[in-house]
Formats: sequence, structure tokens, C-alpha cells
Amino acid sequence: MISDSLVDLSRLQFAATAFYHFLFVPLTLGLSFLLAIMESVYVLTGKTIYRDMTKFWGKLFGINFALGVTTGLTMEFQFGTNWAFYSHYVGDIFGAPLAIEGLLAFFLESTMVGLFFFGWERLSRLSHLCVTYLVAIGSNLSALLILIANAWMQNPVGADFNPVTMRMEMTNFADIVFNPVAQSKFVHTLSAGYVTASVFVLGISAWYLLKNRDSEFAHRSFRIAASFGLASALSVIVLGDESGYTAAETQETKLAAMEAMWTTEPAPAGLTLFGFPDEKTRTTKMAIHVPYVMGLIGTRTTDKVIPGIDELEARIARRIDTGIVAVKALERLRKDPKNAQRLADFNAVKADLGYGLLLKKYVADVSQATPEMKARAIDDAIPHVPSLFWSFRLMVGLSIGFLALFATAFYYAARNQLSTPWLLKWALWSIPLPWIACELGWFVAEYGRQPWTIHGVLPTHLSTSALSPGNLIFSLSGFLIFYSLLLVAELYLMFKYARLGPSSLGTGRYHFETAGQDTEARHA
Amino acid sequence: MLDYTTLKFVWWALVGVLLFGFAVMDGHDMGVGTLLPFAGRSDDERRAVLNSVGPHWEGNQVWFVTAGGALFAAWPLVYAAVFSGFYIAMLAVLWALFFRPVGFDYRSKLADKRWRQAWDWGIFTGSAVPALVFGVAFGNVILGVPFHFEETMLPVYSGSFWQLFSPFALVAGVVSLSMLVFHGANYLIVRTEGDIQRRAQRASTLAGIVMLLGFALGGVMANTMSGYVVTSPIDTGAGLNPLDKEVVRQAGAWMANFHAHPALFAFPALGFVGGALGIVFARAARGVIAFVCSALAELGIIATAGIAIFPFVLPSSTDPRSSLTLWDCVSSQRTLGVMFWVALIMTPIIVAYTGWAYRVMRGKVTVEYIKANDHSTY
Repeated sequence: MISDSLVDLSRLQFAATAFYHFLFVPLTLGLSFLLAIMESVYVLTGKTIYRDMTKFWGKLFGINFALGVTTGLTMEFQFGTNWAFYSHYVGDIFGAPLAIEGLLAFFLESTMVGLFFFGWERLSRLSHLCVTYLVAIGSNLSALLILIANAWMQNPVGADFNPVTMRMEMTNFADIVFNPVAQSKFVHTLSAGYVTASVFVLGISAWYLLKNRDSEFAHRSFRIAASFGLASALSVIVLGDESGYTAAETQETKLAAMEAMWTTEPAPAGLTLFGFPDEKTRTTKMAIHVPYVMGLIGTRTTDKVIPGIDELEARIARRIDTGIVAVKALERLRKDPKNAQRLADFNAVKADLGYGLLLKKYVADVSQATPEMKARAIDDAIPHVPSLFWSFRLMVGLSIGFLALFATAFYYAARNQLSTPWLLKWALWSIPLPWIACELGWFVAEYGRQPWTIHGVLPTHLSTSALSPGNLIFSLSGFLIFYSLLLVAELYLMFKYARLGPSSLGTGRYHFETAGQDTEARHA
Repeated sequence: MLDYTTLKFVWWALVGVLLFGFAVMDGHDMGVGTLLPFAGRSDDERRAVLNSVGPHWEGNQVWFVTAGGALFAAWPLVYAAVFSGFYIAMLAVLWALFFRPVGFDYRSKLADKRWRQAWDWGIFTGSAVPALVFGVAFGNVILGVPFHFEETMLPVYSGSFWQLFSPFALVAGVVSLSMLVFHGANYLIVRTEGDIQRRAQRASTLAGIVMLLGFALGGVMANTMSGYVVTSPIDTGAGLNPLDKEVVRQAGAWMANFHAHPALFAFPALGFVGGALGIVFARAARGVIAFVCSALAELGIIATAGIAIFPFVLPSSTDPRSSLTLWDCVSSQRTLGVMFWVALIMTPIIVAYTGWAYRVMRGKVTVEYIKANDHSTY
């Protein structure tokens, strides 16, 4: 009924559209706050150049925002269109933060973004500044609620299975909101967005400085981006460590795969800095090992053991055996829902129901599972080690690079030495890197969650809609075509307006409008 | 804490409120988008039309997004069954909607004539297609949808895409599209002047008449079609599995609620009276009153459909016991309760700041205004 190719195509489509959506989200999160900062300076100092900065970077913000909204719609549709069983099974919990996101955050952000663009002449300075802040708050709040939903997929707290309605139901809303995974993910994702926007503004400003145009405008933008970016890059690393800590507590399989911890080491475990993990031999070749560090990061103690893949597999094997009992107990209970004995039998083992469902990938009646099927299910339950190991290291490496860039930029900006070409070029060529780091981060978080859509509760394999692979080929091709065209249009406009610079505002004060003379300083 | 029965009923009403909010708010800019290539002839005129909704369409669209999110949270089975069942139709809506954010924001960023014309038709598509498909989808819901739930509660749709376009569903699609165009035209009367306003007045009359005729025809057809009736007792205060009930098909069942409570005929009447008065006021260029009338017509029409199939929200034509009612398609009591309070607190706040945004941007959008703000308007 649900074929492997349907599941694979559904996953591919979700991954592709989510990655695509996340090309636009980080810039929205960060740039909205940079706009608020620039406009605050305008309101405080009354200098027109800061209003022009807000308007110009706001134009680029708008070009990006349009695609963020467009691709966000897909995400909202897709749970229902392609993950219907998921929607039924966990909608009771997962749907709530999504709906609240609309009411609490997206309404605010979207209503205010209209006034941000159109309200300059209609609002007082202070009112317009408030509008800009509300856009920033709205977009960041929106991220919070989406990440609460996402964190529940990683660490499903505050919920319980109801055998009558055959789904997970909310038992404690506060637990879901204050899920530790949600909190650490939220701050980590936000600061990643701030880094992205800072590199974006820093790099484009550096280009103007390299081209010797709009230098006053570019200097000021550069300084703001360097200071905001430095603070953000520091926090992205510190708060990323917090994510590592919560992963150690809640998703041991992800952490073990990310760190290629094949065997359980005595506490505190060492950290593999570098190496080539090999899934066949279960070793990491050419590993550079740093003693104690992993244990300290993961447990913040010297005596707690972090389980390696060998131990996790043994635990999973036990849970799969109990899970089979749970699946059968549920089937018996459904035939006689009022039977108290059957309910008690089910309740005794229901914590492992999800592990029994893992076998549904291989056999309809899980009690008929062969040892070979169980072995494959156990193997499935550990995410793919080399890809997670490498993505994670690449992301961390890039983050350290951003910290170095911002620290250098901040130092030179503070000393008013922004004519240093190597620094400006470094900033310019860094523009694409935060996007790569952000996507790698998502990859680690989501691919590392496999084989589950809801960790330990619902296997990905069962979560899809009852569609045909033909349906998916149609939709996937459609997304591919639309998204490629949209990306071309977006990049074209982004490049065009970045090249035009502040002269796109039509104020008559900037490069291209002043016949090459840099006259803006007089007006500033 | 409200009891479960009340919460279930409240959420049925709230889904209605969200649909109505969508029709009033996003509906008018979808109507304006549909009229864009016709109400504006020159580029400047088209920009005036676009900018009449420019600062607001984004906020308006959140009514749609929130309605989708609320469906997911409050009626997860409906969300799962409808979105996966109407797969191709939903993708058509989604892909059409792509043209809106990008069309509004990108269209005037390049001066090229073909670029702008292409996006004008993009915005037309992004506005007209969803309006039409939503109507067709509602028509199919009233007819009964060929789907069933497996024992695990996986929804399985067994119809085809083309099967969606039956005569009744098409009438419903026409009602939906003409209703939003009517409403959008009335909005344009408020916000524009001169030639554009005159074209909007003509569009309002035409769309209003089509809407009234379609609504009447749909009523005649619904009067004779088979509806559905739950024949087993329902414990409305309990968490229910939809498969645990019995449902039969019965001729005329969709009229039963109206005959049982004749006061409910006020809603179809509101549809007709609101529509007729809307046309009259639009012809007199009384835009604001015409807009209120078309909003009331929307309320009447949406409520009429909801009441007709009550307590059903998604009847199944192939496996009637899989039909979803407002009593068994819902989330748990706790989720409905949390969501109820959030909606209760947030809705007035949203309405307040939306109203403020409209107040800030009030007044006529003219070609002169566009020319003077060439760099900052759509």
C-alpha cells in the first residue's frame, strides 16, 4: 500500500522544499533586526542617511521576504498533502503551535511589513520605528513557534497515545512550549539568522567600499553589521553548544552518529575532532581524538557516560521486542475498546509502541518479524554516521570562520581603517557561506532524526499520505520548475538592486545619480 | 475549563469565523487581483489597482494561513483527509498562490513591459485560481467525497482529479469566484476614482449578478441531492473514533436543519439581500456600504453551506461511516481549550491593529500618487 518509493519521494520533496524555504528565513530573521537598529539610529540622531539605509536594506529585505512567504505556504500545505498519517497521528500536538504562530506572530509580521514599506510618509518617525520593531518581533516570534513544533518532533514531551482516537494527544501544553530542545534551538536558529544577515550587509557594504562608491553609506552599514555580527557569531557558537547538550539528553542516537561514537567510552568521553567514519568497519579512520571534551560538552559532568552506537543498538533491540508486544496489544484492544484488562496490557508496554511500528517497514504483522528484519530495523534506528559527522564539522568550522571575520571587521572598523582590500574581499566572498552553514545545521537536525518523524514515536515510513508515486513525481517536478524560476527572478533582482545600491531609492543623493561624485556626505 | 461538547461546537463556529475572515479580508484582495488586468488599462492604472491592496494583502493572506493552521490543530482528520485527498487541486491552489507574494513585490521593480504584464497575469492567476478551486472543493464536500479511513486512521482518497468537476461543484466554484470578485470590486470603488472606479462598478454589478444566480441555482440543486444522516447515537462529550458510528445517505437531508429551525433561513436570505444591496450601492458609487453588503453576503453564503451539512464537515460518499462530523474530527479537549483561549485573546488584537493599518493607509490611490512615489510603491 505505502511503497518505499512513495516514502522516498515524499521525503525528497519535503527535504527539498524545506531546504529551499530556509534559504530565505535566516535573512528575514536577522535583517529585520538590523533594519530596526538602523532606524533606531535614525530616530535618535535624525540623520537622513540612516533612514536611507533602512529603506535600502529594506528593499533587499522585501525581495527576500517575498520568497520566504511563498515557500512558507508550501510548508503549511505539505503536512496535509504529503504527510496525512503524520497529520492525523500528531496533529493534536503539532498543529497547535502552527496555528498559534499564525495568530500570535505571522499576522503581526505581515500586517506591519505592509506599513514598513508604505507607511514612511503616513506615520510619525516614532510610529514607523515601532512598526519596524514589530516586524522584527513578529518574524522572530514566528520562528519560536515553528521551532516549538519542530522541537516536539525531536523530543516529544507533554503527550500520550490515545487508543480510542488512535493518535498522540496533548497532556501538558506548558511542557511542549518549554521543551528544552525548543529553547536551545530557538536561540541557536535566531543567532544563525543574525549572522547570516550581518554577513550579507557586511559583504555588500564591503563591495561598495572596494568600488569606492557611496562610502559614507557603506561605512555606516559595515560598522553596524560588524558589531551586530560579532555578538551574533559569539552567541551562535555558545548556544550551539547548548543544542549539543540538549541533544545528548534527548536524542542520543543523533549525537552518537554526529560524533561517530561507535563504542561507549568511559566518562568523560573524548571528542573526535577529525577523521573518516566508516559504517562497514564501524571505525573512524585517521581520527584525531581529544580526550574528555565530548563528555564535558555532552553531559557537563565528568562522570556521566554518553552511550555509543553499540550500547544504543542493544537498547533499541530490547525496545523493538517490547514494541512488538505493544502493537499486538493495541490490535487486541481496538477489537474490544472497553476491555479494562486489554487496556492495562497495552498501557504496560505502550511507551515502546513506536519501536514496534519500526518493523512495519518490513512486515505488516510485526509479530511475524524475522531476526533479519529486526536487525535491519535496529540498523535503521541509527542515523547515517559519515554524512552527519561531516556536516556537523563543516558547520562548526564555518561558524568559527564567521567569528574571525566579524572580530577582524570590528577591529578595523573601530580603528576606522576600512580601506583594507583583503578584509573587504574576505567579507564580500563570505556572503554565501552562512547559507551553507544554516542548511548544514538543518541537515544535521533533521536527517539526524531519522528514521523517525517523531523521535521514538512515529517512524517516517508510516507518516506519508496514501498517494501514488506518480502523484509525487508530478508534484516534485512542479516544485522543481516553480522554485527554479522563482530563484532566478529573486537572484536577478537581488543582484540588480545590490548593484544599484542606495541610488535605487531615487533620492538623487547617491552614486549613479550624482554623476560619479560622492556627494552624500553633505546630506548626511 | 469548557466542556468538550461546547468546545467542539465553538470550534465549528470558529472555523466558520476564520473562513469568513478569509473571505472578507483575503477575499477582497483576491477579487482585486482577479480584476487587475481588466480594471487597469495602462501601467499606471494597474499600479493604482495593485497599490490599493499593496500595504494590506500580506496581512490579509494570514487569514488563509491561519485557517489552514487552525484546521490542522483543531480538525486534524479534516486537514489530513482534504489536503491529501484533493492532492492535485491543492497543488494547483498552492502553485497559483506562489504568484502573489512574488508578483506584488517584484512586478514594478523592473521597468520592462513584458515583465510587468507577465506578473499582472501571474497575480490574476494567483487570485482567481484559489477562489475558484476553494468553491469547487466546498461543492465536493457538500456532494460527499470519495474517501475512507483505514483501521489505523490513514485517509485514502479513491476518486480522481477530474471527478471533482461535477456540475454542482462547478456552480459552487462560480459562486465562490464571483463572490470574491464582487467583494473586491466594491473595495476598488472605495479606494480608486475616475476610470478605474467606473470599471470596478461595472465589474461589481456583473459579478454580483453571477453570484446571486449561482447561489440560487446551487440552492435548487442542493434541495434535491442526497445528504447524509448519522443513525447511531453520538456521545458528543467523549473523544470519538469516526469509524465507530453509522451513517446513511438520505434524499433531502441537507435541507433538514433549515426545516427543523426555520429561523436559519435568515442566512440564505442574508446572502441574497446582501448581494442585491451590494449591487445597488456599488452602482451609486457608495463603496463602503457596498463593501459591507458584500461582506454580509459572504457571511450568508458560507453559513448556509455550513448549516446545510451540519453536523457533518466532510461526508464520505464511498464509505459513509468514515464521514467526519464536528463531534469526531476534532483534537483532544485540552488542545481545543488551549487554542480557544489563544484565539479569543488574539483575534480582537489582530482586528484592532489591522484596522489601524487600514486607517493609516486610507484614502484614494490615484495615478498621480503612483507617479509621485515611483520608487516606493508596487
